[in-house]
Amino acid sequence: MKTIKILSSLAFALIAITAFNSCKNEQKKNLEEVAINENDDANNISPDSEISVIGYKIGDEATDFKLKDVNGKMVSLSDYPDAKGFIVIFTCNTCPFAVASEERIVALDKEFKSKGYPVIAINPNNPEVQEDDTYELMQQKAKEAGFTFPYLYDESQSIYAKYGATKTPHVYLLQKEDGSNIVKYIGAIDDNVRNASAVKEQFLANAVNELLEGKQISVKETKAIGCSVKQ
Amino acid sequence: MKLLPVFIFFIILQSCSDKKGKTKISGITSEVALTENLQVKKQDFNAKKIISINFEEFEKNYFQKENDSVYIINFWATWCKPCVEELPAFEKIASDYAGEKVKVLLVSLDFPDKIKGQVIPFIKKNKIQSEVVLLDDADANGWIPKVSPEWSGAIPATVIYKKDKRKFYEQSFTFEKLETELKTFL
Repeated sequence: MKTIKILSSLAFALIAITAFNSCKNEQKKNLEEVAINENDDANNISPDSEISVIGYKIGDEATDFKLKDVNGKMVSLSDYPDAKGFIVIFTCNTCPFAVASEERIVALDKEFKSKGYPVIAINPNNPEVQEDDTYELMQQKAKEAGFTFPYLYDESQSIYAKYGATKTPHVYLLQKEDGSNIVKYIGAIDDNVRNASAVKEQFLANAVNELLEGKQISVKETKAIGCSVKQ
Repeated sequence: MKLLPVFIFFIILQSCSDKKGKTKISGITSEVALTENLQVKKQDFNAKKIISINFEEFEKNYFQKENDSVYIINFWATWCKPCVEELPAFEKIASDYAGEKVKVLLVSLDFPDKIKGQVIPFIKKNKIQSEVVLLDDADANGWIPKVSPEWSGAIPATVIYKKDKRKFYEQSFTFEKLETELKTFL
């Protein structure tokens, strides 16, 4: 009888310990979640600063990718054998600076696709952090804004990180050289994101035109305010 | 006697759920506490008077102060989610360090046509106490490198400076992180 008593006590103790441990685990998990969230909020304090270090510089070879466009088709740079290069723009659905740039991006594609430099737009944001940037809303955006170019979803968030894009919009102008895509210009579309009619310097268009004329690009890097990429 | 282990078991479970409950609540209480703090501190920042300045004016009036105050300058916008999320940290710093020579300036990069419709209502609703100015200067490529050559242009971004010592941060802050950085200037 006594043995049974001891045994049952032991069993309870065991259950209690297990319960306690699982509880601790849960708390630990919670803590981890908080830590991860903090990183997210921090807009990626360390990841971001790392990215800005590993991101592309002028002259680097840019990676190709295989990302889903708003029609469900997978798109890669290698799908464009006739292109001379690419205007890769990291952009998103609702960032005011991205929205303010939409018409200009459509105009750039119209002007330069036929000359060999099509626009490829990529949404780098994590829709779990930025709920306006889901794939479904991308489809809606592409339709409403009349996108004439592929609007791709960087679902694994690996491509923007390789490029080093920190914000939307963030432009990378690539030129094909011996089968590689070389980064020729990084930065803004022009010198006035807010107001297209007040633009004085069309940085990106100038750079593409210089490439088309076989010249050196005079302004290789520019800065603009943008919405940080939501990891 | 037989019931004792069962009892202990439940107590442990209970304590566990208690702790979880507390963690959840603490987030809310800190927000409440913050709001209270702000209400107590009645510095009269009048939200109706948000001034718009260009970069030259900003640089002259806010970015090159030679006195012995520490200036915390945060670049934000009402549409920038991580910016809005970190504002309470800046407000709490301003309130906690009100007795010391610490000044918080919130530099809004909202579009100028949104002052009335968006920025002022936001400031009122959230009872923002720190000074807010609107940086209205389209030539971002010209002035971003003057804030810091390290800045990609993504917001939020923050500069902390005291006289000649300055540091730039392209990141979000929690209160603790901001306080840690501030202390390196005090």
